[in-house]
Amino acid sequence: MPIIFDHVTYTYAPETAYKKVALNDVSFEVKEGEFLAVVGHTGSGKSTMVQHMNGLEKATEGHVYFHGQDIYDKDFDMKELRTRVGMVFQYPEHQLFETTVLADVCFGPLNQGLEKKEATARAYEALLMTGMKEEQFLLSPFELSGGQKRRVAIAGVLAMKPEVIILDEPTAGLDPKGRDDILDMLKEMHEKTGNTVVLVSHSMEDVATYADRMIVMNKGQVFCQGTPKEVFAHADELSKIGLGAPSVSLLMDDLKASGMNVETGAITVEEAKDAILKMLNKNV
Amino acid sequence: MKNIIEASKLVFEYIHRDEEGNVEAIETALDHVDLEVKPGQFVAILGHNGSGKSTLAKNINALLTPSEGTLYVAGKNALEEENVWDVRKSAGMVFQNPDNQIIASVVEEDVAFGPENMGVPEDEIIKRVATALEAVGMTAYKDYSPNKLSGGQKQRVAIAGVMAMEPHCIIADESTAMLDPVGRKEVLKALHTLNKEKGITILYITHYMEEVTDADFVYVMEKGKVVMTGTPREVFSQVEKLEELRLSVPQITKLAYELKKSGVDLPDGILTKEELTQELKKLV
Amino acid sequence: MFKDITLGQYYPADSVLHKLDPRVKLFGTLIYIICLFSFKGPIGIAIILGFLAAVIILSKVPFKFMVKGLRGIVFLVIFAGLINLFMTNGDIIWEWKKLHITRQGLDNCILMTTRMVLLIVGSSVMTLTTTPNSLTDGLEKSMKPLNKIKIPVHDISMMMSIALRFIPILTEETEKIQKAQMARGAEFDGKNIIKKVKAMIPLLVPLFVSAFRRANDLALAMEARCYNGGEGRTKMHPLRYVKSDVVAYVILWIFLALVIAARILWVKVLA
Repeated sequence: MPIIFDHVTYTYAPETAYKKVALNDVSFEVKEGEFLAVVGHTGSGKSTMVQHMNGLEKATEGHVYFHGQDIYDKDFDMKELRTRVGMVFQYPEHQLFETTVLADVCFGPLNQGLEKKEATARAYEALLMTGMKEEQFLLSPFELSGGQKRRVAIAGVLAMKPEVIILDEPTAGLDPKGRDDILDMLKEMHEKTGNTVVLVSHSMEDVATYADRMIVMNKGQVFCQGTPKEVFAHADELSKIGLGAPSVSLLMDDLKASGMNVETGAITVEEAKDAILKMLNKNV
Repeated sequence: MKNIIEASKLVFEYIHRDEEGNVEAIETALDHVDLEVKPGQFVAILGHNGSGKSTLAKNINALLTPSEGTLYVAGKNALEEENVWDVRKSAGMVFQNPDNQIIASVVEEDVAFGPENMGVPEDEIIKRVATALEAVGMTAYKDYSPNKLSGGQKQRVAIAGVMAMEPHCIIADESTAMLDPVGRKEVLKALHTLNKEKGITILYITHYMEEVTDADFVYVMEKGKVVMTGTPREVFSQVEKLEELRLSVPQITKLAYELKKSGVDLPDGILTKEELTQELKKLV
Repeated sequence: MFKDITLGQYYPADSVLHKLDPRVKLFGTLIYIICLFSFKGPIGIAIILGFLAAVIILSKVPFKFMVKGLRGIVFLVIFAGLINLFMTNGDIIWEWKKLHITRQGLDNCILMTTRMVLLIVGSSVMTLTTTPNSLTDGLEKSMKPLNKIKIPVHDISMMMSIALRFIPILTEETEKIQKAQMARGAEFDGKNIIKKVKAMIPLLVPLFVSAFRRANDLALAMEARCYNGGEGRTKMHPLRYVKSDVVAYVILWIFLALVIAARILWVKVLA
């Protein structure tokens, strides 16, 4: 297991008037090579939780293990951890600062201590992977469109070749085209490199389409976890905490409730179509 | 007055100049756009980033001046310099980023900002602010600092800020793009309420298709041109064309379309899961 | 996460002082400072202490909040006190090797520290009972005569209130960018000064870009809401003196008169 959370509690500003428990006794594992989705409301603690994975926030109680090592041990190399667990923040294009796209992507690899040549090679690879074109590499990142900036920022993390890559709402603010492009790119990268992906998302539809497993956060705690199929089978419980399920899942439940003999549990349009056709054919 | 907004053959060009002021490139952001909005309507403009929809909004608010064509807002010619303030009073605008459009450090004072600029007398401002906050359900937060509000609440404050100017029409320019699903619902609901209860005309600009199902009329824009028009049902029934434009069709509409393609006898343009359930019931 | 900390440390409470017109409070602070630096003799200081105590009680702000402001400058106060204590020439009252204390030094030291402490506590009464917003409002109105000598008072106060609104947002943003760059292996705690400055570039460039973007957006939003400078603007809550403000002004004048009277009296006694 690359990352294990063991009873992690995080209290923001303890012993002050602003004290707030952001994470409350959180335990779970991130499995090697999986595509894990983390969902929950704004303020459910999901962003705080993922920031513990590479030591940007430090738990007030409990432990986080990376490949069996406690990351809060005195002799643990935090910098090494951050190069192995990459993190793409919300609106990552806001961190671009270099004069050229290529130089910006090189920033991470150079901080890792790589030679300029090696860093450039990595930057090339990462930029191509995110779908940027070679003729754009020497442009200023500030000349690019919103979607392109976002890719460059993601490439900046990919170029560090992390074994775990965390993305905090990487599609926020993008239009549907930009959103699909980024998610398809992630899926492709995941399949090609086999690295572990942790995706923080608001969209149940996206989670259903892309994730192997999901964790639902609520009020700083793990509400439930499992494959999207398992989790969305409990759509009613999710709706109790104000979260939805893919609309096709809800539709199938409605059909069943209105007396139709249909198999529920579909989470994508394809599955729903098959289930409905099956039901109709049976009746014919 | 027949139409509150009437644009005909509207052209807007961004002219890029180099450092010496020579014209480097001309980008046509609006390419002969025709638009008609009747008083009291809820009209949606759908399109990707860069499709020209935001440029259109800024033209209607007189923040930009069209290069060609005619544009009348509440009977005033928006191309004439002296009408600028009248146009802005008639067609208020809510922008995308909730943080960058709130000016004051107290909710109530921010809502008062517009009327204060217009020179409205003191008692009248107090009345308008109270009504506007009530209309968006933010009365309880009138003394709050905007920093303590959620994204959806901030946008509702921004809407109240426009309401207090007593416009005929509110233009929401991707006002939900940066919000989470809960915030998005809040804002959309607030706008629909204003439309129904106060008769305010709404021009709703978005790239989320699922947000426009309740609109009276939909315009789809692409590359500066209007490419589709009609009621949501008329527009949504053209799934192939929408997918070609890479606007993501809501799951239910997509499912109904796929079922129809597989030979199930369903009407065109199904928008909600309730409709689909009804239609399938007829078939079983 | 800095967003919870309000600038100027306003302490919300329902007191007479909170309700006073900010102009009165600004004027009062000025009078208080004049008194602090012009009083002479024990009666003078007694009047000032009495005034301060009354104001603190009226403000309903817990005393510990008043003293909080002192923490930041405690070293400065001690340092200034010691300099005065040991460096003043005059009648020596205590000596040890090269160090000596003079009577004048002791007097200066006591006077100096008292003034500094009272200054901090006194002015924090104003910031604790006045929101930054009404403070800017008060400043704008008080400074209005400066308009005549072409100082754009309205624009300056608008800038101040916008700055107040955006400081917490930009602080939060700084924290976010810092974290994002740390995730890319950047280090901000280098010991070498040149390295430290260099390490700030990945933080400062995005911050400036963001500040400009926000400024741009904000300008557009203000324009869309018919902002056209201070000309012809009205106010929802214009500053208007009420009875208690007049009373406060009278009290302030009496306070000043008393301190001056005590000074004259003391000078006469000494003579």
